[in-house]
Parts: sequence; C-alpha cells; structure tokens
Amino acid sequence: MNSGDSTLGKIAALFLMTLLFSGCASTNNNPEDPYEGYNRAMFTFNEKVDKVVLKPVAKTYKKVTPSVVQTGVGNFFGNISDVWICANNLMQGKGEDAANDFSRVMINTTIGVLGIFDVASEAGIPKHNEDFGQTLGKWGVGPGPYIVLPFFGPSTARDTVALPLDLYTDPWGHVYPVRYRNAGTAVRIVHKRATLLDAEKLVKGAALDRYQFMRDAYLQRRQSLINDNGKTGDLPQYEEEPSNEAPKETPASSAGQSTPNEKTGNP
Amino acid sequence: MKTLKKILITVFSVASLFAAGHVAAQAGATEAPDVLVKRISSDVLASAKADKRVQNGDIKQIRALVESRIMPYVDFNRTTALTVGPHWRKATPQQKEQLMREYRELLIHTYSGAIAQIKDQQLQFRPFRADTSATDVVVFSKVIQTGGREPIELNYRLQKQASGWKIYDINVLGAWLIQTYKGTFNTEINKSGIDGLIKVLKSKNQTLSRSKAPRK
Repeated sequence: MNSGDSTLGKIAALFLMTLLFSGCASTNNNPEDPYEGYNRAMFTFNEKVDKVVLKPVAKTYKKVTPSVVQTGVGNFFGNISDVWICANNLMQGKGEDAANDFSRVMINTTIGVLGIFDVASEAGIPKHNEDFGQTLGKWGVGPGPYIVLPFFGPSTARDTVALPLDLYTDPWGHVYPVRYRNAGTAVRIVHKRATLLDAEKLVKGAALDRYQFMRDAYLQRRQSLINDNGKTGDLPQYEEEPSNEAPKETPASSAGQSTPNEKTGNP
Repeated sequence: MKTLKKILITVFSVASLFAAGHVAAQAGATEAPDVLVKRISSDVLASAKADKRVQNGDIKQIRALVESRIMPYVDFNRTTALTVGPHWRKATPQQKEQLMREYRELLIHTYSGAIAQIKDQQLQFRPFRADTSATDVVVFSKVIQTGGREPIELNYRLQKQASGWKIYDINVLGAWLIQTYKGTFNTEINKSGIDGLIKVLKSKNQTLSRSKAPRK
C-alpha cells in the first residue's frame, strides 16, 4: 500500500512540474501544433508515468498470461467496443458497416460466449475502428490543434471533445458493482498497453525525435481512419523535385518551384 | 527407349525455359502495379519464413533480403528527395548519396523487427482500380494477424517510370512514410543543415546496430 502511495505522490509531483515548465521551450512553429511547448512536456510526463507504472505491468501480463487468455481478453473487450463502433458507423451513414458491427455483437455475444471468441472475424465479418472523434471528422469538423492529454496521450481538440462521449457510451462503464467494473477496466488498460509493446519498440527505433514522429504519424492516422483507409480523401501531395538521374515525364515537374514554402521562409 | 526419354526431357525443359523467359520478359515490361506488389510481398514473406537467420533478426541477412527482393522495385532516390523536400535541390551529389544510404539503413533497422516476426500472417489485397493512363497509384493491402489483433493496413504508392512501376512511399496504419519523416528531417536541416541531418541519421543508425547486436 505504502509503495502505491509514494508512486501516486511521485506522479502528482511530476504532473505539477510538467504544468509549471510547459510554458518554456517552444521549438517549431508547426501550424497544427501551436501548443508544442505544453505538448512536449506532457508527452514526457506520459512517458515517465508509463515507464514507472503501466509498462512493467503490461510486460508481465504479456509474459505470464497464456496467449489464449490474452486473445480472450482482447476479444471480450473488443466485443463491448463494437456496440459504440456500430452506433458511430450509423451516425456516419455507413449502413452496411453498421449492420456488420451489429451482426458481430450478436454472433460473438452468443456463439462466441460473451465475446470471448471472435467467431464473427473468422466468419469473414471484419472488425472496424470507429469513435466519436472520427464521426465528428466525417461530419466535417476539422481536427483543430494537436493536444497531448495527460494519461490518454496524443489527441486533437476535436478528439478531446469527443472523448467523454466515447467513455460514457462504453457499455463496460455501466457495469455494477463498481469494483468489478474497475477491475475489468484495469485489465482492459493493461491488455491494451500490452498490445502496443511491439509498436512502441518500432517507434523507438524509427524516430529521430519521438515526439514529432508520434505527432506526425498520429495526425495522419486519424485522418486516414476518418477516410476509412483511403476509400475517400486525398493522398499527400509532395513537392515534386525532379531528380537529375532519372528523367521523368511528370507533367507537374515545375510545381515545386512555384509553390511558396511555409516552413523554410519563417524567421 | 531410354535415349528417347532423355531427348524428350531435354526438349521439354528447354522449351519450358524459353516459355519462362518469355513470361518474365513480358512481366517486366507491363506488370501492373498490384501484380508487382503482390509478387514482391509473397516473395518476401516466403523468403522470411524459410530463413532461420532472418527470423532471428540477423540484420545482415535482413539487409540482403531487402536489397535483393525489394530494392530493385523501389525508387529510393525519389523517396529520399521527397522526404528531404526543397532542401534536396541544394544538396551535393555526395550528400544525396549519404542521405540515401543512412535513410535506407534506418528503415532497414526499423522494419527488421517486423520482418523477423513474419510467421503465419496473411496478406489481403483490396481490388485494384486505377485509370490505365495513371502514373501515380496506390495499392491497398492488409496484413491479417492471428490472436484477435486488428489487421495492419499496409499501402504502397507507385510511380510509372520507363523501367516499369516503382514503389516510392509506403503507408503503415494510416501514416505515409515520407509524410512522417518530412517534419523531422526539416527540423534537423533548419537547425544544422544537411550535414547535420546526415550526422543525426548516422548516429541513430550506430545506436540501433549496437542495441541489436546482443540479440540471440
């Protein structure tokens, strides 16, 4: 109990320091990230908390728990998430996807024994990734500034506004008694963290600046999720730079020259 | 009888050699982007599954695999140029060479973990649609994972060139490689120039190869 208290105390102190010092360094002027100073500080805070509390637990969970159990846990909470995913697909006017989500919940809750087995996926009804932030995006709400939330991590103004509704509508939040709910939520968070261990290793290797790498990848991923992986929406337009080696017959080869560059021109 | 059999076998094998050569030549000339990507990916999957050293994360072996199976179909010059952005124009040929080498090394390090983990994953391709006149296309695929995990979206962007279609950008889980690195590269260049970026990439790669060394 004692060690738990001191950990909490340390986190609280770290949190306060983060807020205090967040006003300081602002390095870049990325238009999508006006609060970079605060965001970087919060990013570091989250990483530290994760390192002390969540990551060790997630690592142990991954090592100790049989993979069948891990799959079951993932499927169980995945099935619960499918309810709100279905609602979001409906709100986005994707009737077919919503119908699929509905069948998923029906099949997995019954044949899949309360969702422990993802029978629907094996039957060829794929799982979707939706939340209210994506629904707002589909309705035309822009992301707004990038914001790193304490504990939740990368987000945007739009996704932050959507988050309380995502949390509230989750069926697990209405389970009683509360101590079962809390225990389940803890398992769910640990499981989620465990599934990210490999991706985290990849990011650590790939990134020159982890903060910037995560931000740039996150913002793109959100947009891609809203567009349902390129089914709608545009590809990034890179500035064409005709190389001197390979001659290319691209019609817009002089486009790079005429486009004013925002980043380099800044003082 | 025996000699007749031998002759027949010889004739057949020579004929099939010619046929194979013909098919290969045709494929090189007009192979569609989705066909190309499918061929490369199944080739890489098969090679990775068959090679114990690749599965153990042997970086040399993975580099060899990447060089022989993937790089011939990649315009890495273009990838690097687009990632570096307008500064590319100002780089000397030597700097360009160094940038390309270090960037590629970074990517090999990054993806060696993923390649080493190839086991029973399956690839699923979305039906490919593009104008016949298109010179810039995307091939969409998904890596289906086992154990109740969400599939990984993996998309390829290709450009039509005189020598055939060439991959120049990939998208993992919604993020394009070039777009993701562009910001960091530019921050480094604005801070300490192209040589500064090369230095950062070099030291990153050194750290990575050191940390990979003790793996069994």
